[in-house]
Amino acid sequence: MILTVDHVTKYAYDVPMGAAVQSLRLFPSRFEGQREIEWLVTIENGIRGGSFRDGAGDKVEGWSVRPPVDEVVVTVRGKIETFDTSGVLRGHRELVHPMAYLRETSATWVDDGLAKLAEEVTQGLSEPLQKAHRLSAAIGEAIAYTPDVTDAHTTAAEALAQGQGVCQDHAHALIAAARSIDLPARYVSGYLLASEDGAPHEAAHAWAEIWVQGIGWIGFDAANSCCPDERYIRLGSGLDAREAAPIRGVAQGGGEERLDVTVALGQVQQ
Amino acid sequence: MTDYFNEMFDGGKVRPPYNGLDGWTREMPAEFRAMKQAEAEALFRRIGITFAVYGEGGDPDRLIPFDMFPRVFTQMEWRKLERGIKQRARALNAFLLDVYGRGEIVRAGRIPARLVYQNDAYERAVSGFVPPRGIYSHIVGIDLVRTGPDQFYVLEDNCRTPSGVSYMLENREIMMRMFPNLFRENRIEPVDGYADALRRTMASVAPAKCDAEPTIAILTPGHFNSAYYEHSFLADLMGVELVEGADLFVEGGFCWMRTTEGPKKLDVIYRRIDDAFLDPLCFRPDSMLGVPGLMDVYRSGGVTICSAPGAGVADDKAIYTYVPEMVRFYLGEEPLLENVPTWQCAKKDDCKYVLEHLPELVIKEVHGSGGYGMLVGPKSTKEQIEAFRHKIIDDPDNYIAQPTLALSTTPTFVEEGVAPRHVDLRPYCLVGDKIELVPGGLTRVALTEGSLVVNSSQGGGVKDTWVLAE
Repeated sequence: MILTVDHVTKYAYDVPMGAAVQSLRLFPSRFEGQREIEWLVTIENGIRGGSFRDGAGDKVEGWSVRPPVDEVVVTVRGKIETFDTSGVLRGHRELVHPMAYLRETSATWVDDGLAKLAEEVTQGLSEPLQKAHRLSAAIGEAIAYTPDVTDAHTTAAEALAQGQGVCQDHAHALIAAARSIDLPARYVSGYLLASEDGAPHEAAHAWAEIWVQGIGWIGFDAANSCCPDERYIRLGSGLDAREAAPIRGVAQGGGEERLDVTVALGQVQQ
Repeated sequence: MTDYFNEMFDGGKVRPPYNGLDGWTREMPAEFRAMKQAEAEALFRRIGITFAVYGEGGDPDRLIPFDMFPRVFTQMEWRKLERGIKQRARALNAFLLDVYGRGEIVRAGRIPARLVYQNDAYERAVSGFVPPRGIYSHIVGIDLVRTGPDQFYVLEDNCRTPSGVSYMLENREIMMRMFPNLFRENRIEPVDGYADALRRTMASVAPAKCDAEPTIAILTPGHFNSAYYEHSFLADLMGVELVEGADLFVEGGFCWMRTTEGPKKLDVIYRRIDDAFLDPLCFRPDSMLGVPGLMDVYRSGGVTICSAPGAGVADDKAIYTYVPEMVRFYLGEEPLLENVPTWQCAKKDDCKYVLEHLPELVIKEVHGSGGYGMLVGPKSTKEQIEAFRHKIIDDPDNYIAQPTLALSTTPTFVEEGVAPRHVDLRPYCLVGDKIELVPGGLTRVALTEGSLVVNSSQGGGVKDTWVLAE
């Protein structure tokens, strides 16, 4: 499948700000599931900094905008060919030991609810792959897709207790549950092409990856009860949403920030 | 009664290193001594060196007691120590490069993966990055204790930013000012080359993108930090800028320093702030001390950070147990310096032993420092021991235990004259294009009679440390 991405993120400030600095993780991962055709990331009036590929295989690029800064506009335009690898991150070069993904963060802190769920639904299973599938299904059932009831700071435990949330919450809850039974897990950010059946989800999407010994990293999208296929574009990963964020940035000053994001994903008919 | 090794007296005989000091003290009248002690204190106050060592907290304006009785090593003793310290510094750096790379030591089963990769100090953000010359820890502070003429043990390694070196330099400076004769009569190796050596070390790890004489700066959290004195002292001696996060910014893949003549590119940063505060875009988002975007510049090779972020994974107390293994694995050598035998309460058998022998052991927190959160069995009451027993049972992973070491003593000026007091030693090893060790270090002394705790927060003082020339 050939997908096009048009993604504009605009940070507008009510008063002119000092310098803005950003760290972008907006580049498609290199693995058998995707082949980049063209990909351009720019910041209006921005100065490109250094870029590198980190130990997790993600490309990161630094940018800055000189003061005064009224707004920062980050644009991603790209075209990419995708393939269904049944969620398996095959051919992805990375160095980080899977065990480094057993660490808790405040967003993926495991409470009794998460620990109990993880233990109950995987009882009697010995295969990590089975456990991962079972966990993903259980989280999808336990948290109903409901926009606007959670925010960026909602933790996995809170989302589960509430029983509602968006893809970030599903991913966090699945990661936390997996780690609680010693399965390394991480947060993945990317894009998802809207499906024709109208299932609810966002084009800027997030899911989880779980490490299965013998296979490697496998993606699980609990929000859509599936594994990522050719409708998904993978950008980067981290211990939680904050670490995997496609854009991390600051602008100096006390101004109020307004965020405006538009993401359009299209499929090129062949 | 434990027999402690006295570094000056072997029975009634004076050991050779102290020959030059025997007469000095015996002939020193009490009034003269009191006068000199007051003079030393006034000098320390004047230069403003009042900070707490090793991030121990406490009153930042409190003067750490200075003992005028030097601690002395012969050239031969020192050479042996030096070889052991350099070996250890090499192994620790090899370990860091490895665990942020392929992790061969873990694959070989020589160290448990969990200890490395689930360690709080393991920075996933720098995995895969190779710093200039592959060096992570450019200043390795190795804490040593002595139990016999030839017996030294490493208490702990400090791979991040070991502090206290300004004491080493100031103690010498003040001794030379107060007792010039001593330095004429004894041939003592100088320590004042430290600042130059540190500067050379930093310059030697400038990033590949730096094509001129590298610009170096010391990054401090600011004047409220307990070690601020040391930061400004070293910047002065090295002839480099002392900067705070707000003085720096990133642009175009480089780090820049604001100066009156406009921005100046910075090549090497000797940071005296913790990883967590270095860059709010990479680590703690609420940090006001760091430089946003610095880690992207660092990881794309625009600037060098000393010590490298992530270096802390080599120096926690659980990893410590495996340092001799690192020496064997990476260098193919036998370790020259011994570790203190350590029981890890995380291991069932070890924990059982520890709980059965609490009154004999020293118990430490895995991530503790500064002599806090510690139990010295032989010096504790039954209640204190029982309280610790519960702590260990509740959270065994958090504790290690070591035998109570018979720390050596050196003569120390006390109220009633001269008396033996227990000491340790922290030499500072520099790692760059070469590995250097200034002959000396910081000797800490437990001023309370019988005390084995040398930390300044627990009544410890400092001494000048001599290495005699041949």
